[in-house]
This record gives sequence, C-alpha cells and structure tokens, in this order.
Amino acid sequence: MTLAAEDTERSDAGRGGRSRAGARRFDPGRLGAALLPWALPIVLVIVWELASRTGLMSARLLPAPSKVAVAFWKALVDGSLVTHTLVSTQRAFIGLAIGGGLGFALGLLNGLSRRAETLLDSTLQMVRNVPHLALIPLVILWFGIDEEAKIFLVAVGVFFPIYINTLHGVRTVDGQLVEMAEVYGLDRRALVTRIILPGALPSILVGLRYALGFMWLTLIVAETISASSGIGYMTMNAREFLQTDVVLLGIIIYALLGKLADSATRLVERRVLAWHPAYQAPKEAGR
Amino acid sequence: MSLAATARTPDAGTAAAPALPGGLPIQLVAATKSFGDREVLRELSLDVAPGSFLAVVGRSGGGKSTLMRLVAGLDQPTRGRVAIDGEAVTRRHPDVRLLFQEARLVPWQTVEGNVGIARGPDWRASAGRVLADVGLAGREGDWPSVLSGGQRQRVALARALVGAPRILLLDEPFGALDALTRLEMHKLLERIWLSRGFTTILITHDVAEAVALADRVVVLREGRIALDVDVPLARPRRELADPQAVALQAEILDAV
Ligand SMILES: Nc1ncnc2c1ncn2[C@@H]1O[C@H](COP(=O)(O)OP(=O)(O)O)[C@@H](O)[C@H]1O
Ligand SMILES: [Mg+2]
Repeated sequence: MTLAAEDTERSDAGRGGRSRAGARRFDPGRLGAALLPWALPIVLVIVWELASRTGLMSARLLPAPSKVAVAFWKALVDGSLVTHTLVSTQRAFIGLAIGGGLGFALGLLNGLSRRAETLLDSTLQMVRNVPHLALIPLVILWFGIDEEAKIFLVAVGVFFPIYINTLHGVRTVDGQLVEMAEVYGLDRRALVTRIILPGALPSILVGLRYALGFMWLTLIVAETISASSGIGYMTMNAREFLQTDVVLLGIIIYALLGKLADSATRLVERRVLAWHPAYQAPKEAGR
Repeated sequence: MSLAATARTPDAGTAAAPALPGGLPIQLVAATKSFGDREVLRELSLDVAPGSFLAVVGRSGGGKSTLMRLVAGLDQPTRGRVAIDGEAVTRRHPDVRLLFQEARLVPWQTVEGNVGIARGPDWRASAGRVLADVGLAGREGDWPSVLSGGQRQRVALARALVGAPRILLLDEPFGALDALTRLEMHKLLERIWLSRGFTTILITHDVAEAVALADRVVVLREGRIALDVDVPLARPRRELADPQAVALQAEILDAV
C-alpha cells in the first residue's frame, strides 16, 4: 500500500487515467486471454458429466451437472430458489451492515484516538481469539433459532476483519501528508474526510473482502444448523430426502453469491481507487 | 505593519491578479531550541527584511529544518522569540506557506484538488490561476502519480501560492530533482518571487543554488550563524560562472 515507488520521469500526456477507457478495441488475442481462465472449469464439467452418464460415478454421491441444472430449473420455477436466496442474502447483509458498521466505527475511533485505543483495543483483541462459530450453542440459547441468531453470528464474523483493517489503515496513513494538511490549515474534520479516510480506504476494502468471505461462511454454518428458510435450510432439507442434486445446487448458489459479492467489491475498489497507480495501467488492472 | 512600507513592490506588469500584499518581516531574537539536553539552535538572532530572499545553508543536522519549523509555527523555541511582523509566532500563521523536500501531494486528489487542498472560497478558479503561473495549465484533472518529479514540485509550489502568502518557506525542495529540472525550478521560483514579493527563506545544502537565488545567504553551523553575506548580483540571474558569484560560493563553502 505504499505509494512511493512511482516517481520521477513518468510524465506527460496519454498517461492520464481517463484517456485510456476509450482505448478498448476488439482484439481476438485479448478475447482468447479473457476466455482462458474458463477453459479448465469447462473441461472439468464435461468430464464430470461423462463420468456420471457412463456410470463411472454414482449419481447418488455426485449427480451429473445436467441433473443439477434440472434441479435449478425446478427450484426456480416453483419459486423456492428465489425465496431462499433472498432470505439468505438479507440475513447476510443485515449482519454485514451491523457488524461491519460497528467494526468501521470502532476502527476509526481507535485509529484516531490513542485514549480510545488504550481503553478498547486489548479487550477487542482478546475477544478476537474466540472463534465466533464457537458461540453457536450460546447464541441458540440466547436467541433460539430465530433470525437474530443468524444475524448476530454474521455480525460477529464480519466485525473483526473490518475493525482490524480500518484501524490498520488509519494508523498507516502517511504522517507527512497529515503534517502537510495541518500546515495548510485543514481542520480536524477536513483532515479525516480528505486525508485519513481516503488514505485508509485501500486497507478498509481489503477488510471488506475478508468480511464478505466470513459473512457467507458464517451464514452457511448457521443456516445449516438451525433454520427454517434460506439456502442452508434448503440443502439440509434436501439431504433428508437424499436429493443430492439440490444439495449441490445449494453449494453452487453459495459459491455464486460469494463470487458476486467479491466482484462487486472489486468494482467499487476500481472506482474509488482510480487514483491508485495499480488501477491505472490496463496491464495491472486486468488481473 | 510599518515595516511593510519598505517591502518590495510586486512588478506591476506581470501581476494580473489584484494588488498583492507583499512580504512580511521575520525576526528571531536569541532563539534557542533544545531537544532534551541537546541545543539544536543556540541564541540565534536573525532579521529577515520583508520581501527579501534569504538562503540558509548548512550541513545536514545543523538545525535548518528546526529553524523553519519555528518560523512556520509548527514548534516553539525553548528560549528566545520568533516573530512575524512584530508578533510572536505561537501557532500556524495564515500568511505563511511551507514547501517540503518531498512534494507531499495527496495521491487521491487530482492536481486541482491538491492545489486547492484547503478548499478556500472559489478554490477551483484560484487553483487554475496558480497552476497557469507555474506552467501547468490544463493539468488540473491529472492524478499526481502520472506527474514527473519536477511537475510534482510545481504543483506543490502552486498549492503554496494559493491565497497570496506573504512568507514562503522552502525546505530543500529541489534536492531530489535532476540538475536540469532544478535549474528550471530556480527560474520559476525567481520569477514568481519577483512578481509576488513575498518574503522567502530557502533552505539548501547547495551553495550554488543559494547564490543563484538569494539576496542574502546565512550559514548555520552548530546552531549559530557562522556567516552572513549579501549577494549583490543583478536579476533575473543567469547561472553562469560570474566571477563575483564564484567568489561568494567559495566564501560560503569555507564557512559551512
Ligand atoms: N523532534 C525532534 N526531536 C528530537 N531531535 C530532533 C527533533 N527534530 C530535530 N531533531 C534533531 O535536531 C538536529 C537538527 O535537525 P534538523 O533541523 O532537521 O537539521 P537539518 O534540517 O539542518 O538537517 C538533528 O540532530 C535532529 O536529530
Ligand atoms: Mg532538514
């Protein structure tokens, strides 16, 4: 996250971040490069399908991709897929908003104020050592199997990655910039909004991406253990009826939701970090 | 304010903006600065005339930046007095600007956003004006990361010029630039100083730079002034091997 390396002699027209956006032309070499990462998954799916059809692999252990596709279609048509996905997504994001909001606020507070940090940080670091999934029995005692239980677990799961990365980001903002801002008469509020928060943002976004991972993970576990709706419930229910295809479908939906959230964060990253040299050259941006 | 009457008046021809206020006098009276039991500045007394250009030369660790921080109000003297326009400096003075060795541009602000970092009234328009002054018209929307080292220092200079400062402090701002870019920056700084008339203190370890730019050169050694000479060379200066300049450089080098 150091920004010092790009120095002298990288100057002049045509290197401006903006002029580049229009430069995307059709290029068969580039299309090939874009498809390349998909080659292996496609081959694997084909092999899997063939293995199922020829009876090489038991359909009860692992149904063919086409069976999963049919299960997908059925669940889509009867509406259950949409309902369960919405319920899960809602739980996930309410938990993220609560836990992430708290993590951000406390990270910012402790990053800005030594006194707050002395008071809070060691306690928080201690709590951090408790794996949050270990709280499940306690949480069930507290909340039963209601919505609160799942939201609480997700909130605890996302709190720490956001808290720690916000704190770290605020702490590592370039002190020279802060001094400059003081010399140029920025007040405390302008200092936070114009220097400290944007400076901490790359780190905060890293925290957010970790948090999204924890968010889905926590939710899967929580829904699998106790729920009457959601993707986790859908898969557990299917397990009882030995519907392996639906179980697989649930796993795939989780993967897709996770991937979607991650891609959204990357998109946000690319937008708000447009100033960052790593997001300016198309070569680096491609990866 | 009585001293301001004697200040250099800005060149009428170059100043398109409303009349510039000119420079303020700076005064140090037996100023001592210690860190622990280490005296970095020792009973330093120095009068800087309003609108003049002073260069401070000295070895690294000689207390030059400390002197600068006292004048900028970033630090207080342990004993003695630092005054701007007759008033003791106790905090940041609104008419004083500081240029650091590094440009210290905010990477997530555009060139324009950096120049107008304090977001004063009409900041976009003022940013455009000072950017044109330092030869960077049309670069308002660029990110700092696409600029060269010299261009970054120009942006930093433009940022310092917003709001018509009356004192400009420069702490080795050209040290990291290549020789040609440095010469360009010298010309630019001299032109802007001539047209705006602020009081300037330039810290440098480059004796030739001091003689090329300043009216007066002070050598700081072990916290005291070891040499104080005027530089009576005509302006605008051209950095050729003027025999008078060479003699002055030799004298200063001896004192460093
Ligand atoms: N905040 C500080 N605390 C302790 N020592 C300092 C501090 N600032 C400067 N010094 C010391 O004061 C001396 C002069 O520093 P400085 O003014 O930066 O020198 P120069 O700019 O001439 O190289 C150095 O020895 C430095 O270590
Ligand atoms: Mg220094």
